Amino acid sequence: MNVDWPWPWLPRNIDDIVEATGEHLYLALLPVLVGLLVSIPLGWAASRWGWARLILVPLAGVLYTIPSLALITLVPLVLGTKIIDPLNVQVPLAIYTVALLVRSISDALIAVPGDVTAAATAVGYRPFRRFLTVELPLAIPVIVAGLRVATVSAMSLASVGALIGIGGLGGLITEGFKRNNAVEMVVAILLIVLIALVIDALLLLAGKAITPWTRARRAVVKP
Amino acid sequence: MIEFQAVTKQYPDGTVAVDSLDITVEDGQITVFVGPSGCGKTTSLRMINRMIDPTGGSILLDGKDIRESDPPLLRRGIGYVIQHAGLFPHRTVLDNVATVPLLTGTSKRDARKKAAELLELVGLDAGFAKRYPAQLSGGQQQRVGVARALAADPPVLLMDEPFSAVDPIVRDDLQQQLLRLQSELDKTIVFVTHDIDEAIKLGDKVAVFRVGGRLAQYDTPSALLAKPADEFVSSFVGRDRGYRALGFLTASGVPVGPLATVKVGEPRGTTEGWTVAVDADNKPLGWVSPDAAEEGTVSADGLVSGGSLFEVDSTTSGTAGSLRNALDSALSSPAAVGIAVDKEGAVVGGVTADKVLAALAEARRSGEVPT
Repeated sequence: MNVDWPWPWLPRNIDDIVEATGEHLYLALLPVLVGLLVSIPLGWAASRWGWARLILVPLAGVLYTIPSLALITLVPLVLGTKIIDPLNVQVPLAIYTVALLVRSISDALIAVPGDVTAAATAVGYRPFRRFLTVELPLAIPVIVAGLRVATVSAMSLASVGALIGIGGLGGLITEGFKRNNAVEMVVAILLIVLIALVIDALLLLAGKAITPWTRARRAVVKP
Repeated sequence: MIEFQAVTKQYPDGTVAVDSLDITVEDGQITVFVGPSGCGKTTSLRMINRMIDPTGGSILLDGKDIRESDPPLLRRGIGYVIQHAGLFPHRTVLDNVATVPLLTGTSKRDARKKAAELLELVGLDAGFAKRYPAQLSGGQQQRVGVARALAADPPVLLMDEPFSAVDPIVRDDLQQQLLRLQSELDKTIVFVTHDIDEAIKLGDKVAVFRVGGRLAQYDTPSALLAKPADEFVSSFVGRDRGYRALGFLTASGVPVGPLATVKVGEPRGTTEGWTVAVDADNKPLGWVSPDAAEEGTVSADGLVSGGSLFEVDSTTSGTAGSLRNALDSALSSPAAVGIAVDKEGAVVGGVTADKVLAALAEARRSGEVPT
């Protein structure tokens, strides 16, 4: 294998690397966002009705165990997408996100104290507004925790798409492998890890910023 | 006015929580629903704002059947306070209180302004406004709960065991505050508790429920103590009801006799028996025992602590504390003489137990005591 000093290769290919990174983010993050939007109503249903929980939670568990490569190759058959359509990667990633989040969202909603929801109903909230402004905000810490796991795993899973010719940083890894270019592979891997860490940190900070009450000092304050 | 007309709540499994309840809650009064657990008092309360719908009968609010109202709109016009306050943990104290005005479309600025006024009304410092509920004690949270319920100025206030999860001293404080608020606001309050003492203390009218959701008695507290309808009510009202009933009789007929006093720092002089030591403002500090040395001056250290004080309003003679206050002051005093004080707390004389009992006998003769 050609172990080269990165300098001649890296500056020469910087545009490709930036483009691959952007593509990777698009491949991985869009499905997480879609997955989040899908899991909220599903998690709500699972928290609301016992039968929905009995179906959704085990189903989510099963979905998560399906190997990513199998899912990626199955999607074109089921959806009729072209073989190099990004959706072939994004749909499975969205499914994994939903599989991860449905359970935690429903658990978080169930954990909202009964007297808080009762009080919300009693002061005159309609159910939908109560959900959006009382129950969902209280579930944010758990949702953010689930989202961080889902995002990091989507970052690494997105590279599997390279096996069926869908780019992103995974494309650099397969390309480097074919061209015997270790530098290209290592740079791609490091970048995947780096952006995963950065996004994870951003989610952590954003989660803290929108839930100031969780850091309010527990101690009773005397006036 | 809230009217229950043959209201029944039966659950699908056959349990009857409330059984054909007829009761009328008067405007501007505190009506207490009291009873053992499982008596349907909370269910009855929650039927008023349609948190629970009855399976039979109807409830009228100011003459209008509540089933004709959209539940969320109905609830915005009825304040509601629950046991653990049920504050929204993710909102500041101020925004918790502003909840209902915001729901009814008041601008954020006006809602917060109103909320700040209410915090002051329930005795919370403005410094609490920006805090989160988790940073407050149970009693403080409950004050916020009351402020939130009052924020949209609803004519009706429902209180579901609001003070039962706080310690006795805080509870006493919250009860006093509720009575004070009520004297200013004149709300129609329905208050649920399992504590008969709380019911008697707060209620203008008390409805005693028995297990199975039936009304055992609906009366004023004094009538409840004097004339319990049956064995169940009398056992629920509990021991000492004769003594507690004295709390509803004014002690204006109890003569206040002379009482020997001595100022601290002055010689005891020739007084005999128990003597009350007073400060410069004539406020009682304690008792000087008959055994205390006659020589020297009275010091604040060697005093025997006194019993409860009986407050008479000497400026407008005729108003005074209750017979219960008067009797208790006499019984709890080491000298068997209760210290009577005026509004400022200065000693005006002494009351004895036999005088209190004589006043009670007089009240019975004149028919003031229901028999």
